[in-house]
Amino acid sequence: MTMKTILASATLALGLATGAAADGHEPTTVGFVYVGPIGDGGWTYEHDKGRLAVEEAFGDKVETVFVESVPEGPDAERVMTQMALQGADLIFTTSFGYMDQTIAVAEKFPDVKFEHATGYKRADNVSTYSARFYEGRAVQGHIAGQMTESNIIGYIASFPIPEVIRGINSAFVHAQEVNPDVEFKIIWAYTWFDPAKEAEAANVLIEQGADVILQHTDSTAPQAAAQAAGNVVTFGQASDMSEFAPFPRVSSIIDDWAPYYIARTQAVMDGTWESTDTWDGIGPGMVGIGEITDAVPADVKASAEALVERLRTGEYHAFTGPINKQDGSVWLADGEVADDGTLAGMNFYVEGVTGEIPQ
Amino acid sequence: MDLSAINPILLLASLMVAATPIILAAIGELVVERAGVLNLGVEGMMITGAVCGFVVAVGTNSPWLGFLGAAVGGAVLSLIFGFLTQFLLSNQVATGLALTLFGLGLSALMGQGYIGIKAPSFPDWHIPLLGDIPVIGPIVFQHDPMVYVGLAIVAGVWAFLKYSRAGLVLRAVGENHEAAHALGYHVVRVRMLAIMFGGACAGLGGAYLSLVRVPQWTEGMTAGAGWIALAIVVFASWRPGRLLLGAYLFGGVTVLQLNLQAAGAAIGVEYLSMAPYLATIAVLVIMRAGRAPGSLGQSFHASR
Repeated sequence: MTMKTILASATLALGLATGAAADGHEPTTVGFVYVGPIGDGGWTYEHDKGRLAVEEAFGDKVETVFVESVPEGPDAERVMTQMALQGADLIFTTSFGYMDQTIAVAEKFPDVKFEHATGYKRADNVSTYSARFYEGRAVQGHIAGQMTESNIIGYIASFPIPEVIRGINSAFVHAQEVNPDVEFKIIWAYTWFDPAKEAEAANVLIEQGADVILQHTDSTAPQAAAQAAGNVVTFGQASDMSEFAPFPRVSSIIDDWAPYYIARTQAVMDGTWESTDTWDGIGPGMVGIGEITDAVPADVKASAEALVERLRTGEYHAFTGPINKQDGSVWLADGEVADDGTLAGMNFYVEGVTGEIPQ
Repeated sequence: MDLSAINPILLLASLMVAATPIILAAIGELVVERAGVLNLGVEGMMITGAVCGFVVAVGTNSPWLGFLGAAVGGAVLSLIFGFLTQFLLSNQVATGLALTLFGLGLSALMGQGYIGIKAPSFPDWHIPLLGDIPVIGPIVFQHDPMVYVGLAIVAGVWAFLKYSRAGLVLRAVGENHEAAHALGYHVVRVRMLAIMFGGACAGLGGAYLSLVRVPQWTEGMTAGAGWIALAIVVFASWRPGRLLLGAYLFGGVTVLQLNLQAAGAAIGVEYLSMAPYLATIAVLVIMRAGRAPGSLGQSFHASR
């Protein structure tokens, strides 16, 4: 017998064996595509916590696979195709930049369900889900506006997409509400995760007088830079980043994907999965506000907590008029509330933010 | 635009810091390539150095021992490359790429328990007298010691290659390994030593990120710095002086573009973001005069 025939028969036997196992109750396979490493301490770390929660909730009935640090672009398509070919039933693609790839791969595998985070393109087997992070940004802006003494708030932005622009606008509106003199200095890092670059950006902002740093990038490097500077306030992004509490990190936005991931996996198991568009905020618990530390004055903390409560109950919307666009034209009249469509595609700054959005 | 917000002294000072990890990694690779070996594993050795340095520094609470550990870690990883390419004569390009992938995975594994931990602090030196000179003092003489270690290594490599007999042997091995062998030099031994030196320097560069620049451990934290170092070696025509220039230019324009953004410059962010790469390539290509070492990337076996 040649090596080839031995290998061929071994493969065949293996195929039969797995085929036989499939007759029992085959576990549901759930795949996750991550943009950063699971140890980033931020965005991807929280998605992976969601994955572990799925494993814990379903035990033997589910099998999860993940690939980390997948670049946005053609590589992502390859990773997703591979996952689908390996028998994944449900695939979560967890970055905005995977949008077109998710749609393309979903077309090729109509029986596999896809869930794309923070995007807006859907298909029969592609759902989208996101969290209303801008509600958390409102709380950050509210605290930041009162904590700053130089009236300069530094903002490390990632990519000029609606998600990030919404965050800047929401933080600015609420910072200006409590401090009319506040100014935002924005740096576009063009990366979700590059600790050295994020540290660089934070240092530059601090050198230019910022004493509060907000970040929309995923690593904890800006926190460390602020800590080294000594008198600079930061907020945890995506994850609690509590190792930098009580100062410089005075609060945080925490993404909690676990309930959603568990519910969607359950839906696939029950055969009730449908293409949906989920956009949850503080109310349903998808966005959590990390503990506001004692480094924040008591009255500021109290008013921030009241704001969280009003956002949670839905009594207050983070974008409530009057709000003008950057060019001075009216966006929301007094008392008017922004609609989801405009928010989802937001591509303008509100009045008072300086600079231009890179196109 | 409010250019007055940019403080030129702080800008030049942070330029020196931003360039240091690239200088360290690049000077090591320069020696390796002058010995005729192309090691594309710089990124992998850097990140391994970053995690080794972090682990040792946290364990012993001494940043200096951390840097030592990083150099050893980088050198040990480079030994794998050396063994495969010098003794088993594997393809250097493929082995180097594999080393990068291996280093990224290995570092993630080693760093598992170290996420979110803070490194022991590594204070800046305020050099007496020199540090007090107005303008120049804050720019040049108030950094952490590793900035000066990096410069010392560059100066040392320059002198070694230009003036020492051993440096001449190393260059001979890189230019024409068969001739060097015929003259009785140990080609493989020289190359192994060069590869280890390169690994140690890359390790130091990585540790500079994890212990000083960032300073903490996160997976994949070098984020391409090793590739920049590789490119700078080539564009600097394998000369230490130009390498320094290239690294400072790259670091400088990187810091400058962030400053311009924060100051609200009316230049597109995309152009600012590509500026460090364009400026470095343009200047070094214009100055370019040298050529690659003659035996670069070729395997050597005494029987041929």
